[in-house]
Order: sequence, then C-alpha cells, then structure tokens
Amino acid sequence: MGSHHADRRQFLAESAALASLAVGAVESVEAQAPPPEARLKDNLAYGQPSRFDTTVRRALGAASAITDTALTTPLQDLDGIITPSGLHFLMDHVNGIPEIDPRQHRLLMHGMVDRPLTFTMDEVRRFPSVSRIYFLECNANSRPLRGPNGDSVQLVHGRTSCSEWTGVLLSVLLKECGVKAGASWIVAEGSDANKYTMSIPLSKAMDDTLVAYAQNGEPVRPHNGYPLRLVVPGWEAIRSVKWLSRIAVGDRPAMAWHEAGNNADTRPDGKALGFRFALGPKSIITRPSGGQRLPGRGFYEITGLAWTGGGAVTRVDVSVDGGKTYREAQLQQPVHRYAHTRFRFAWEWNGEEAVLQSRCTDEQGEVQPTIAEAAKILGVTPEYFLQADHFNGIQPWRINRDGSIQNALL
Amino acid sequence: MLFCERNSVSTVVVVVGMLTVLCTAAPALAQGPTYRLGTTPSADEIKARDTAVSPDGRELPQGSGTVKEGASVYAQKCQACHGLNGTGTPLHRGLIPLGNSKPVKIQGSLVPYATTVWDFINRAMPSTKPGSLTPNEVYAATAYVLFLNEIIKENDVVDATTLPQIKMPNRDNFIAVELDWKPGQRRPLGNYPRR
Repeated sequence: MGSHHADRRQFLAESAALASLAVGAVESVEAQAPPPEARLKDNLAYGQPSRFDTTVRRALGAASAITDTALTTPLQDLDGIITPSGLHFLMDHVNGIPEIDPRQHRLLMHGMVDRPLTFTMDEVRRFPSVSRIYFLECNANSRPLRGPNGDSVQLVHGRTSCSEWTGVLLSVLLKECGVKAGASWIVAEGSDANKYTMSIPLSKAMDDTLVAYAQNGEPVRPHNGYPLRLVVPGWEAIRSVKWLSRIAVGDRPAMAWHEAGNNADTRPDGKALGFRFALGPKSIITRPSGGQRLPGRGFYEITGLAWTGGGAVTRVDVSVDGGKTYREAQLQQPVHRYAHTRFRFAWEWNGEEAVLQSRCTDEQGEVQPTIAEAAKILGVTPEYFLQADHFNGIQPWRINRDGSIQNALL
Repeated sequence: MLFCERNSVSTVVVVVGMLTVLCTAAPALAQGPTYRLGTTPSADEIKARDTAVSPDGRELPQGSGTVKEGASVYAQKCQACHGLNGTGTPLHRGLIPLGNSKPVKIQGSLVPYATTVWDFINRAMPSTKPGSLTPNEVYAATAYVLFLNEIIKENDVVDATTLPQIKMPNRDNFIAVELDWKPGQRRPLGNYPRR
C-alpha cells in the first residue's frame, strides 16, 4: 500500500508538472481510466435493457434508394424527452456508416478565413464546451399513412429524436479562424464514403450551430456521426452533417446533390422548393396511438411530444372529439428551445368511438395546421402530402369501440 | 515590402485611413485567435480535400468527356445499379429524370445545375468505390447521363468551360425559400408555399 501511495503521489506530481506545461491534460485523463483487465467483460460493462423489454426497438422504415437506410425511433414506447442514443432515428443518404478512428480524424476549416486551421479531436475537446438539448427531425418525417398501414406512430413519425448534445459552438471555431468580410455561407462536409455535403448560412453557423462530440453524455454513436457531427438546431436534419471533417467558409451555397434539388418539394405547378430550413410546429400523441389497443374503458393519460423549429413550444392543446373542441395539455418543465417537449393530458374513455389529436403552438405564434388547413394554404388536395416533405399537420388517431386504434388522417 | 518601398507621407495616410475604415466598419470581424489550438494546414492539404464544385464551375479540374466515352464508362461502372440506359433496376432508382424516384421521363428534373451532377458523380460514384473515377471519367459519365436526359446532344463535349454553361431544364423552377435567413427571422407562415 505504501509504495502504491508513493507511486500515486509521484504520478500526481508528474501530472501537475505536465499540466503546467499545458501538454498533459489528455494523457492524465487516460491514465485515470481502469486498466482493461479490471473492466467487466459481460454486458454489465455497458448496461443493457431488461430481457423482458423486447418491444422498444427501432423499426426499418421505407428507404428510397439502395444507399439509403431508414431506422425509426419507437416514440410510442418512450417517456420523457430524451431519446436513448441507441434508439435515435437514422435516415442516411450515405454509402454505409464509416468506421472512423478518432485519433486519425481531422476537422479542416478553410476558405474565406484569416487562418485556415486543422483540429484533432483532442483539440476540439479542449475548446470551451456547451451542452444543449436539441431535437433532430428528418424533413421527410410524418408523411401521411407511411409504413405498411400508416397505423404506427413509429413508422409515420419516428424520424425525429431528441438528445443532449455536447460540443463546441461553431461560432467559437469560426472566430478562431477569423471569418473574412463578405463571407455569408459555410459548406460542411462529412468523411463518409460519399463526402456528404450541406450548405448553411453563416448567420446560423455563428448563431447556435453546434459541433458535437457527445450525445447523452457519451461519445456520439457511429450512426449519428462519431466522432464529430454538426447539430443545427430547429432545422431540417439533413443540414446536421455527420462525421464532420471539413468546413469551407464562402459567399454562396455549394448546391450539393442533397440540397440543390434532391430534397426539394415539387409543387403542383411544377415549381420545386428547396432550402426550407426551419421545421414547423408539430405535436404527436404517442400513447394511445395507431396500432395499439385500449384494454377497456376508464382512465388513461394521453401523452405525446411537441417540437418546433420556431424555438420553444408554448402550448399544446388536445382534442378527444376529432378537433371540435380542444383543451390545454400539461407541458413537462422545463421546456427547452428546439427540443422535444413532453405533454400530458388526463382522459377518461367512455368506451365510445373517439378521435384523439393534438395541436402545437410555438413562441412565434405559429399554430400546427390540420391537413385540410395545410392543403388550403398550398392550394392542393390533402393527398399531395403523401409525397411531400416538411409536413407538420395534426395527427388524429381513431379509437374504435373495441379499443383498437387507427390512423384517421385520410 | 510594398509599403516600405513606397515610404511616402501620402501612402501612410491612405493606409491609416484604410485601417480606420476597417476598424470602424466591421468591429465584429476583428477575430483574433483566442485559444490558439489547431495547426495550419498546408495549401496542398486544403487543395486535396477541397473537391466541391459550385454552379459556376470555377473549381472544375482539367479534362473532358464525350457521350460516347461516357457510354463506355457507364457500361463498366454504373449500369449494374442504374440499369441499361439509366432506366433503373429493382435495386436502384434510374437516372431519368435526374433525381426523381421513378425512372419515367417527364418534363424537367430535380437538379438545377449540371455542376451538381458532376460533383456528385465525382464524390460518390461508383458506390462500390466512391471517389475512384478520374476527372475524364467523371466528365464522360456526366456527358452520358445528360445525354440520356436529352439535355445535351450526342456530339457535345463536356469540360470545365462547357459544363457550367449547360442549363438544366428545370433550372428556373427552383425556389430557395430561406436563402437569406437571419437569426430570429420568422418562419414563412406554415412553411408552405403560397400562391
């Protein structure tokens, strides 16, 4: 024991000496981790769900091309506002999930800057950090009736998740490089096989965009961009570039494949709308929801999630009569801006047919529309939204007398 | 060196004046390094990694390709997924019209710039070995795909000069909704296009 303590004192002294030279921070942290032989070898080393919990899993959604993968979050099985990292949705347009050694990973920042810089992961982690709770949502989430029968909140709406992200504000890194006058855009690129590319206005990059290395307290999972991803709060998640390895500062968007036209919505008049950044206010009742069955009349707590690209959710109203009347639901506090917001609503089912739906209002005063209202704004029929993105219409679930629940949108 | 050689009073006044303008007009741009982390990349490293090609094509490399050459590249490296003449396979969407999920010829397409086609082929194709095509192969494959979509003619040559000049049929039908976004800006109501 005595010699052990002596070793430890010597180690601490050496660590302090190294730290005073500002070169030893990373090494001393690694030295504090238990040696490999002391780590648990079975799944206690990384806790796993109960063996009786077999339902909470991601589901395979419809993908549109051979290189696309769609895994949806089981919103109906989750509580609170944080999506466990292993259940975060995945909707990729890349050629497989890259395996990136963080020791080899570099973030290159260049273009219209005074000082082009390359950062190692250790260097990125040495910058002042922030933790923020943000949702991500695929712009193609919530297409009506999606999935085999459209009766599942997971298959229709499961392309959204919410995490606590930790990283460096992009503005800090950009200031370190010194953005030149006249710059107005950044172009972010991933180090996946396709070098996925997206453009973001400099104003958003300097505002609240995050370069994240941690998700829910641990390193970002590989399918979510390990070791580094962009998180662009409130915006269509196609902008939140995974496996981030390059940021070019410039004065125009790149018009890359996935932003130039590939994610544009075609309107009936032939026009195509792209660069639609902020997502609309949306709320979904996750329980009771399509595909579930109520065992009998009596008390139920209606619960669900609301979120908006407009900032904070300020109000969620719930209707149990298909939208004829609404009453205000209770919001889980605190409400975070650009985050999933849990709502709850007490309900007594009398055994008769009922249609449950929720309506979100955000801090900008924007109200989630019904599909009919959204169609009226557009001048289209509701069927238009079967193939359109950015749909944030109200989702009704019909409770039948036998307790079965169906999607009642169309 | 330039200023030393022109060490006259008038030059000094001009320089001081310029500095004053810079300091007063753009204080937010005075961004010195605060944390002094990171290393300076070499010009070669930046050049090697900066492969993106924008609509004016200024970043395009030397080289060229014809439709005929492109048909050959396509048969060897593209057809297995994209099908004969770009009409798709059960596994993959076709290339006509570009970017559409159904291999059916309709007026226009979902790609506003020909440079975007070049850039995506260059960075992402073929899916078995992305980034492996030479510039000439990318020019040729681009030419063939544009020919299949009836955007260029059989004898047209695609290179750094001609590619940015090709007007995609649906170019004027794209609306970039929030191109001039500013913090705190109100979302376009409903974010749905209104007539």
